[in-house]
Amino acid sequence: MVKPSIEPGTQLDGFTIGECVHRGGMATLWSVTHPGINVPLLMKIPRVSEGEDPAAIVSFEMEQMIVPRLAGPHVPGCFGSGDFERQPYVVIERIPGKTLYDRLGGLPLGYEEAREIAGKIATALADLHRQNVIHHDIKPSSVMFRDSGEAVLIDFGLSHHNQLPDLLQEEFRLPYGTAPYMAPERLLGVRDDPRSDLFSLGVLLYFFTTGERPFGESETLRGMRRRLWRDPHPPRKLRADYPPWLQEIVLRCLEIEPVWRHPTASQLAFELAHPEQVKLTARSERLKRDPLSTVWRRRFNRGLTQPKPKSDLAAQLASGPIVAIAIDTEEGFGALNECLRVTVKQLLSTLPQARLACINVLKLGRITLDKTLDEQGHNKHIDRLVSLRHWAQPLKLDDSRLTVHVLEAVDPASAILEFTKVNHVDHIVIGARQNSLARSLLGSVSAKVASEASCTVTVVRPPRSAVASAQGGPDDRKPKALEA
Amino acid sequence: MSVKRFARVGAIMGAEEKVRLAVFADIHANRQAFSACLAAARARGAERIICLGDVVGYGADPEWAVDTVMGLVDEGAIAVCGNHDNAVGTPSENMNAEAQAAIEWTRGRLSAPQRKFLAELPMMHQEDDRLYVHSEASNPARWRYVLGTSEAARSLEATDAHVTLCGHIHRPALYSMSSAAKMTSFVPTTDVPVQLLGGRRWIAVVGSVGQPRDGNPAAAFAMLDTASREITWCRVPYDVETAADRIRANGLPHWLADRLLAGR
Repeated sequence: MVKPSIEPGTQLDGFTIGECVHRGGMATLWSVTHPGINVPLLMKIPRVSEGEDPAAIVSFEMEQMIVPRLAGPHVPGCFGSGDFERQPYVVIERIPGKTLYDRLGGLPLGYEEAREIAGKIATALADLHRQNVIHHDIKPSSVMFRDSGEAVLIDFGLSHHNQLPDLLQEEFRLPYGTAPYMAPERLLGVRDDPRSDLFSLGVLLYFFTTGERPFGESETLRGMRRRLWRDPHPPRKLRADYPPWLQEIVLRCLEIEPVWRHPTASQLAFELAHPEQVKLTARSERLKRDPLSTVWRRRFNRGLTQPKPKSDLAAQLASGPIVAIAIDTEEGFGALNECLRVTVKQLLSTLPQARLACINVLKLGRITLDKTLDEQGHNKHIDRLVSLRHWAQPLKLDDSRLTVHVLEAVDPASAILEFTKVNHVDHIVIGARQNSLARSLLGSVSAKVASEASCTVTVVRPPRSAVASAQGGPDDRKPKALEA
Repeated sequence: MSVKRFARVGAIMGAEEKVRLAVFADIHANRQAFSACLAAARARGAERIICLGDVVGYGADPEWAVDTVMGLVDEGAIAVCGNHDNAVGTPSENMNAEAQAAIEWTRGRLSAPQRKFLAELPMMHQEDDRLYVHSEASNPARWRYVLGTSEAARSLEATDAHVTLCGHIHRPALYSMSSAAKMTSFVPTTDVPVQLLGGRRWIAVVGSVGQPRDGNPAAAFAMLDTASREITWCRVPYDVETAADRIRANGLPHWLADRLLAGR
């Protein structure tokens, strides 16, 4: 079949070709329209003529497979595709505005703006990873933003889908990607670890906050391989006022071993959303790179840099969930709070990479704004934070896995639901009060959370005998055998 | 999960009406497994049936299996010959002891018309851009296994079909060859459709209905949508205990029953 030539005005499968908006090394982009489709559209056509880079074909095929399967606000919508037999193309939603590449002239950015940008990208990555896809080419020119604020990831030509054939895996002996942003394990041929994207985001965040790329711009394999043993200069060496929490996050993203990075993109987004609660380690203080002895050990102890066995993306995400537990510190429900602790302990013991967010709602009056200080002059907010830490203390969790949050709200259930939505919580654990006056008057918080949450909810009740003793009724002196 | 979110504007629509194919391989006289797969395929809207050989051997219900496939072929299904089907009429076949014992038992159970049906099955069948074969395309009568990319490449070089569908290995797999003759291999994920892109050629090993060997005892088959070119590997749990009991009750080697329970 003769290939139609592409020029403005050409008709292709109902799409009318408009202006050419970009000519890149791998593909050309055209503005197109289609009757009945009301969003702005782009047609991406790969460069496949003689002498072009064979990677252009394979990366187009990967996009052709992956892009139609993606959904949600963090990717462009897909509206059609054509195969190589006639005219290869994909039609995607045109995201208005520029990519982050446009910001390169104004680096470094302020810490707060960089934190917000990185948080949005981490949220987008979490959504992508949940759809079984690792992007593998996170860099400024792959990131755009919707008017509503969400980051949109573009260019999936180097991506890996955990449930589809990886056409790049065996096609090319050398890793394909953008050298300054490529994770070290990619140089060893690993393409199935979602934490490679966290490394690339770490490079971007380092670059955007210091104005320098952590591993330079070397495009040679030899230059790129240095990152397998050589750590970058700590950002604080470049900017004396660099916040310790930010250095902690950036250097954790840039860890050579994926296992030392944040377990999931959701957890990275969580840290970026709560900088004041980032657990500071030696990383945050560092002013120098690792000593040469460490670098040499990494370089010549090959066991450290051996490829790992194939990992399952979904299983890895499932092993590092964000668990939120709602604790009522005020009513002193001893038995219930103890049961919640036992439940959470059992949950966390099977999930060594999970993190726990302990939340408490400080209820505000509907009409009058509560005073922050009570009659004794205590700050209620701080008291609650202290109580939450006290509740969590027996769990003996490392601070890097534990955060505490006091939410001030009129409606506790709505506050808990909002927190879990904003922070991409995977699992809520909440106690159900038994027969309390508050419950009969106000309705059940746990029931509302369980019915309206978009994630798993575990509702915990104390064992019957504990309820009886908490209520202190005469029944609790009955012999156990009579209870049934 | 479906990739058909958008109008299928780019797909090349053939003139044929039947677009949803159910592909079965290595039924191996397992009545319980094949019944379950046929029901599952119909529930998924199968419009046409392809049988990639080894209707008999190993299992305890060869008469029923052959009759069922004969009936399907009468209604328009395509069937090709497998090495066990071939061995019923050609006793010199080179097989291991258990397989040999099962074939000799099977031969005594089948009627003359049933044996004739198996003997007359073609080695390969091509329709449109698809090739159906039991083992592989380069020399189907040698019954070689497609165990990796080099065997897959040898088969793909012997045909111009866009997709070759085969069985014989009893483990699902998918290989592709790019226009630059580079190979990829992949272990399919159950129920996740894969689009067989037009820019490369493919060989899909569909897994076994009656004797899966990938560690999962559930029966395996595949659905191919010829319009969207999506192939989906399906698994169907079935009454393995009854199938195994019938193997033992008929005096067939016990290992043939044990392996069904383990999917090995």
